[in-house]
Amino acid sequence: MAERTEILTLDPATGQDKPRTLSTKVDGPDAAFRWIARGGGTIVVTVMSLVGLFLLVQGFPALQSAGFEFVTTQSWDPNSFNFGIAAVLAGTFFIALTAIFFALPLALGTALYISEYAPIKIKSALVSIVDLMAAVPSIVYGLWGFFFLTPLVQPVSQWLTTYLGWFPLFAVEGFDAADPLTSPTVFAASTFIAGIVVALMVAPITSSIMREVFTQAPLGEREGALALGATRWGMIASVVLPFGRGGIIGGTMLGLGRALGETIAVFLIISPVFVIQPRILEKGANSISALIALRYSEASDFEISALMAAGLALFVITLIVNFGASTVIARSRSGSQSD
Amino acid sequence: MTDVLDHLATERLAKPDKPRTWVRGTPDAAPTEARRSTSTIRAADVIRLLGCAAAAIGLTSWLFFFALPLQGELGFVLVSYGIFLLLFTMLTAFDENKPTVRDRVVAVIVQTLAFLLLLALFSVVVYTVGRGLGALGNLNFFTQDMGKAGPLDPLTEGGIIHAVAGTLIMITIALAISIPLGLLTAVFLSEFPSRYSRFVRTIVEAMTALPSIVAGLFIYATIIVTLGFNRSGFAASLAITVMMLPIIIRSADVVLRLVPGNLKEAARALGSSTWRTVWTVTLPTARSGLTTAIILGTARGIGETSPVLLTAGATTFLNLNPLSGPMTSLPLTTFTFVKSPELNMISRGFGTAAVLMVLVLILFAIARAIGGRGPGQLTSRQQRARTRASTDDDYRYRARELGIVKPARPNPFAGLARLMPRRKEPSS
Repeated sequence: MAERTEILTLDPATGQDKPRTLSTKVDGPDAAFRWIARGGGTIVVTVMSLVGLFLLVQGFPALQSAGFEFVTTQSWDPNSFNFGIAAVLAGTFFIALTAIFFALPLALGTALYISEYAPIKIKSALVSIVDLMAAVPSIVYGLWGFFFLTPLVQPVSQWLTTYLGWFPLFAVEGFDAADPLTSPTVFAASTFIAGIVVALMVAPITSSIMREVFTQAPLGEREGALALGATRWGMIASVVLPFGRGGIIGGTMLGLGRALGETIAVFLIISPVFVIQPRILEKGANSISALIALRYSEASDFEISALMAAGLALFVITLIVNFGASTVIARSRSGSQSD
Repeated sequence: MTDVLDHLATERLAKPDKPRTWVRGTPDAAPTEARRSTSTIRAADVIRLLGCAAAAIGLTSWLFFFALPLQGELGFVLVSYGIFLLLFTMLTAFDENKPTVRDRVVAVIVQTLAFLLLLALFSVVVYTVGRGLGALGNLNFFTQDMGKAGPLDPLTEGGIIHAVAGTLIMITIALAISIPLGLLTAVFLSEFPSRYSRFVRTIVEAMTALPSIVAGLFIYATIIVTLGFNRSGFAASLAITVMMLPIIIRSADVVLRLVPGNLKEAARALGSSTWRTVWTVTLPTARSGLTTAIILGTARGIGETSPVLLTAGATTFLNLNPLSGPMTSLPLTTFTFVKSPELNMISRGFGTAAVLMVLVLILFAIARAIGGRGPGQLTSRQQRARTRASTDDDYRYRARELGIVKPARPNPFAGLARLMPRRKEPSS
């Protein structure tokens, strides 16, 4: 391991410039350290690649047997070779998008409040609280959603479907507003409730990324806007938000990635169905991770393979979303240093 | 110039009791100076807010109880908030111009959203602890396992010691693997930049996207299905490790990259090797950040249910051997408790969740206490120690220059030292 640098020096014998070579010799403990560190990195890469590879290899029989129908079939019955992820994939996205619908304003408001409105004294405490919120275990959110939120949300769902039921998203089958005997349980265990709970789980991470980008908005331009007579909102709208746009998009995408992979809170709240069910207020929802948690235990070898394929699909989707997010965030940071 | 100054001086001397500045047009009457309020809160705004809130609540009550067939607490809050916003906008528009109205309304909305998020967190914590109090109040909850207690038993029977032990064992094993490996990889990423290390970083970043259930599924499919081992605490720790490792590596990498380059360069300039630089400069400088990275990773690892669900197997007995027999953890026990329809079991579930949350809270508080500082920023105690060491060094160097021999301290290892070759003091 020798690194060479060429430096030209005057050679007194010939009076000419002559290349002199400098070499760094890495030896002894340093070389060992270098190799150990490299080895550590290699182990990690191996394990991590194994996860992806293993998912692919194990899921391959199922993918091969189902073919393209894997993404178009709604039912999940691998033992009779009739299975696909259409329903669960759609369900995953319904839950994640509902979550983002609620998480985006919450996170944006919190980030703006912390970076622009909050008194300096409580700012760092607020940052800690939001970070703490991201660390609260998902099962706790699940419990809260199942026992506390469900009874609270049911009347709201009922109101939405009664007055806005003509909109397909808010329709509920088997509910008739005129019939006083319809049970409100048709509104429990819905995509809507699961989405709200997941929103609370992803809002903190989204918010802290947005806040970080907002605080990087250049001071000179903020003060310039205020000096020109802008109100606080005028300053935010003309300086902070344009500079933080990458952070808003990136943070939201990162939140979306989290929302797609969320398992236990969703599993606890929903009652699984295996059809594409876009009526978000109605009982019954599903997601890929909930499917895995539901079916892994009594699965045959082939069903495990099918579950692996579903897991692979989920992994690929979150991977794409996360890479997109980190690219957007990285780009926004480099752009914000313009003053 | 001087005569102006003289003039000013004489004037000040002549009328020492008069104010030095005053408003033109009031030559003699000494104006009373009122301190200008720099507060951003105006009384009119506060009154307007309170008035709107009262009006909104009143109007919503009327709507709910007399006018429209509406119901539900949440609905009440939502409707009254909508009415409040409407009233507030109208009332502000009476006095202010358009940009100001927009500013005020947005300020109200932003503060509401932030408040809502904090309220949600608060209600999660309070509700969980509140419903768990029934179980938490009994000491046996912390000292017994659920082996002898059935679902119908009262809360004075059974506890979660098996879950606490399981969680501690699993996280210890997971940390024993992921700390050395994670830190080594983070050092590799930040100290040996190359095409390969960039590749490693990409893979690690990709893996932070790994849904935890997939990590569990991976260990389930490899260790349990393919290799034929039974479900055990060890398998669960491996699943947690796979999930935690990328998180730790990524945040440790970020922290290590924040270590100031001139510190490292100074070490290299003094002739230290890469290894010495990392061990004596980089790692100690970034220590608080690295600790935070590890603790936050731990908090995530402790709280995850799904990898454990797939790999640990659930048990109601205390099992201290991670290599054989099923084991359980706090989140998994919570999950199994609340799946039961019995009220006592649900209460136990909330109690377990509260214990888990307190554990995470403690970890988080420790992380905050240690990691509030960036690399190289010292606590006042560390600062004093550094100053003392530096003064000592200075004294030593000067003494050596002056040829003063420091009185030797009685050496407890004198006998040992005689056996070893003396290190030569360089003569100056």
